[in-house]
Amino acid sequence: MNVGTPWRTEDRRLVRDVAAISLAVGFVGLSFGAIAVASGLPRWSVVAMSLIVFAGGSQFMAIAMLAGGNPVAAILGGLMLNARHLPFGLAVADAVGESRWRRLIGAHLMVDESVAFALAQPDARRRRFAYWLTGTVLFLCWQIGTVAGVAVGSAVGDPATYGLDAAFPACLLALLMPTLRRPDARRVAIVGAAVAVAASFVLPAGLPVLLALTGLAAAGRSKTLTEVTA
Amino acid sequence: MSTPSIVLVIVVLGAGTYALRVLGVVLRDRLTLPEPLLRLLPLAAAALLLSLAATAALTDAGEFAGVARPVGVLAGTIAAWRRLPFLVVVLIAAGTAAGLRQLGVP
Repeated sequence: MNVGTPWRTEDRRLVRDVAAISLAVGFVGLSFGAIAVASGLPRWSVVAMSLIVFAGGSQFMAIAMLAGGNPVAAILGGLMLNARHLPFGLAVADAVGESRWRRLIGAHLMVDESVAFALAQPDARRRRFAYWLTGTVLFLCWQIGTVAGVAVGSAVGDPATYGLDAAFPACLLALLMPTLRRPDARRVAIVGAAVAVAASFVLPAGLPVLLALTGLAAAGRSKTLTEVTA
Repeated sequence: MSTPSIVLVIVVLGAGTYALRVLGVVLRDRLTLPEPLLRLLPLAAAALLLSLAATAALTDAGEFAGVARPVGVLAGTIAAWRRLPFLVVVLIAAGTAAGLRQLGVP
């Protein structure tokens, strides 16, 4: 309990940040629900997709492919888009937890934001807190947003009208800032992002982001103990 | 679109995505990774997340995303860099992009 007060202040800040992102995610969920219903999916299936898949990008892709009459492309494209969760899991396994149940439930809460929030924390306790808080709140907001969008229908319109397409990258960049202060992380991430952006003009969605792993070539050698303590 | 194909997409995409999520978490313990590789894991996650942000900010379906979105993201990033609260970051990014579109900027 010797460090009670500063932790609580930090936790409160975290809760406030998560609430801000959840609001944006809720509105994206709202437009997902509305667009899905407008493109001809039955209402129950839209809600089921948000509960079972819970990965925004692949869900938008899936309804577009389904509307185009191509369920196989919806599955393959969506899985390629979600392949990044495997390296994510390796990176945040400790934040998800040790017990079997924590892992089985916590894995479903793995989204870009919960990984980024966990990554931004300085110690194990807060990593876990950030991961579970972000994952749980975002899951709830995504479901509430979807149901609201399904109910309101086409009246919602295009998320771009409200600039929501700019909110998601800005949130991720904000979350990454503490991590990017490390020179090696900055090198790796910038090289990776440059490769991904260039590749996204020629390769189908999903692959360019995975190609960002080539940025690891810029990681340099790991520090020795003497360098760290010096 | 037929109901069976919708159910197929939801079940297979859902199961596959969940498998990808669980696999990394479980593998982390099963594999004894050497120290240099362990150091690369958070770097790999950072590279994936930054490239996700960059591609989402600059491109849309394999083409440039126009002007309003990147400018909105830039405005939000500046707000984040100046350590403004997240709610402000979200509102500035979305507000800038939406405002520019209102003015007819693509």
